[in-house]
Amino acid sequence: MAAEQFDPNESKYAASARAFRDNVSRDLGNDELRDNFRGAMDYLMDKRTKAFVDGDELETLREQCKLIKQRCLLKLPHLLEQLEENLQANGIQVHWAETITDANDIIAQLITEKNGKTVVKGKSMVSEETALNDYLEERDIECLESDMGEYIVQLANEHPSHIIMPAIHQNKKQVADLFADNIEGFKHTTDVDALIGEGRRVLREKFCNADVGITGVNFAVAETGTLCLVENEGNGRMCTTVPDLHIAITGIEKVVEFLDDVPPLLSLLTRSATGQLISTYFNMISHPRQNDEKDGPQEVHLVLLDNGRSQAFADEELRQTLQCIRCGACMNHCPVYTRIGGHAYGTVYPGPIGKIISPHMLGLEATNNLPTASSLCGACGEVCPVKIPIPKLLLRLRKESVKPANDETTVMKGEGSGRKKIEAVIWQGWSLMHKYALIYNTSMWFATRLRKLMPKKVGVWTSVRTAPKLAPKTLHEKIKARNKTRSAQQQNTIATQNIGGK
Amino acid sequence: MSTLNTQHLRNYPAKPAQVYLYGTCLADSLFPDSGIDAIEFLEQQGVEVIYPQGQTCCGQPAYNSGYQDEAKAVALAQVAQFPKNIPIVIISGSCGGMMRHHYPDLLKDEAGITEFCDRIFEFTEFLVHVLKIKLDDKGEPEKVALHTSCAARREMGVHITGRALIDQLDNVELINHNYESECCGFGGTFSVKHGDISGAMVKDKTKNLVNADVVRFISADWGCMMNINGALEYQKQSLRGEHIASYLLKRTQNHASEQGE
Repeated sequence: MAAEQFDPNESKYAASARAFRDNVSRDLGNDELRDNFRGAMDYLMDKRTKAFVDGDELETLREQCKLIKQRCLLKLPHLLEQLEENLQANGIQVHWAETITDANDIIAQLITEKNGKTVVKGKSMVSEETALNDYLEERDIECLESDMGEYIVQLANEHPSHIIMPAIHQNKKQVADLFADNIEGFKHTTDVDALIGEGRRVLREKFCNADVGITGVNFAVAETGTLCLVENEGNGRMCTTVPDLHIAITGIEKVVEFLDDVPPLLSLLTRSATGQLISTYFNMISHPRQNDEKDGPQEVHLVLLDNGRSQAFADEELRQTLQCIRCGACMNHCPVYTRIGGHAYGTVYPGPIGKIISPHMLGLEATNNLPTASSLCGACGEVCPVKIPIPKLLLRLRKESVKPANDETTVMKGEGSGRKKIEAVIWQGWSLMHKYALIYNTSMWFATRLRKLMPKKVGVWTSVRTAPKLAPKTLHEKIKARNKTRSAQQQNTIATQNIGGK
Repeated sequence: MSTLNTQHLRNYPAKPAQVYLYGTCLADSLFPDSGIDAIEFLEQQGVEVIYPQGQTCCGQPAYNSGYQDEAKAVALAQVAQFPKNIPIVIISGSCGGMMRHHYPDLLKDEAGITEFCDRIFEFTEFLVHVLKIKLDDKGEPEKVALHTSCAARREMGVHITGRALIDQLDNVELINHNYESECCGFGGTFSVKHGDISGAMVKDKTKNLVNADVVRFISADWGCMMNINGALEYQKQSLRGEHIASYLLKRTQNHASEQGE
């Protein structure tokens, strides 16, 4: 299979990220969707709060985990080599993929070599990033999502709207209808346990017969050559133990240096994500099936994907993006995400983290709407378990998006593509006016005097609000007048005192 | 317990004889009376207030839009307006956040910028931590809500100091409204660039404030209040927000002098 150079501008995600504004209009108008998100986010925020009862402990742990991730990122190239070496020593084969096409080619090749026809997949956002399902489908390989949320999303022919809970945009009634349309013999019910039971029944059969299992990775430990996988449903364990071939795929930023780095990160991950003190399953994959073992795959492979990550890595500030441990807490606490839902972003990773990582994957041409779609309220940065300064990085990306063509300080894909001449001129004028107080005060004097002429409708602002009304006199003027009156009064008082004294 | 952001914790100076007032561009053109009220209130505490006439805007709009060179020129012009080594009190939380927490980054190559940023105090922060104020409430009993701007809340800790001040007013009952810590949807140019999302956010914010059944809400940030009050007025609600400087002045003055204004 010839590896074509992947063009991010042709990816379906690039196209949908570009349609951000249309997506927003569509999804803001969907009341059921908004209710689903509000309810789900409230639940998750509450769960997280209850999982961190001790604020000091949380702060200490956040600081510790931030430092772990920063240390590992600082040594990233070295750790990746060490990881490869130790995985290979353990019998796990390692593949490097610069682009999503590279990754898909590698995976398709591995499956084809084994004559694989059916794949069961544990939840993996990275395989979503590479649009692996579509890729395999085109090659007549069936790829079934086995995480319940992913399974629902796959049945609905959608993609995940959240990185932890892919089907969180759907309520139980919608899921029941979906099952009724797609699963033979399903008796319509909105009982959640019954729905999950039904989904599991379908998946069970698939696990037993699949040729290949594909999963993501939460932590790849360089020191020991171990792949760690966090999950709740057991489907991840099924995918990594039943089929003869297990292929794991991960972004290069998931590597940690020591096994000891994992426990604090894991503790923050599960509590930040779903408010769980610990997940139901924690898998540590260290090698393929050994001679004396009764289960496990004959072969284990790891695909390490770059896809724009090294661009983020190259810049010390933007590198902090890669600290992300994919807990989704920033989404759960984001007022924008809560309103528009995950699909509106048009990117694999939605919400605040999506806004800062997607530009590296898809380029700023396709994504320059994303960094601006934030009120910079800071809720994301406040809850991020590894202290990624998300609002600050949004500002940085806004700057990269509108930078002048002659500024060559970074190498971001699509930098400057959000610059509009008219907007740049407005800001230059704005700057001039506010740099020189004389211009500013004169302009304000005229504006306040002519306030009656100000328009009552000011674009989108007045679609839900009345227009701001200028004051008759500015604060500058009022203070000037006040000071004048006061000094006159003081003069009078002194004069009166002097007269009285005489 | 929710996550406590500790970055606003700092060492506070003793009560100064003089301070500068930073009025902010929104107060200057739209709500000048809150600036006058802030001055009166500070003067009543025995602090002389200097208002440099050369001040304009902190630069936040351009900074948040990615136009950092343009923001930098404006920011530098502001710094030059405040030469004396006395506190600079700001009557808007997000402008305070800009000058205290973003200037160090924006103006990192300028000499003395750390010292300048250390002199920045948000109005309520200054009252609580520097003046260590004791308020004598002379108003009628009423129920109010508090809205704190996000930048102010998360960068400056104003939700704590604003609350501490309202709590000192004996006849005022502070009502918690739903989603109190959630953004009102203003976000400067965000409200224009992404008007639909911003509109949805402010609709929810006003709904929760109205449902709190209070006679007014108090804020220390004109950006948010312009947004929320504008939405309330559009919806023909009677509820309005009032700047905390005006509110404190009113509550601590006796009725006669208020009428004499």
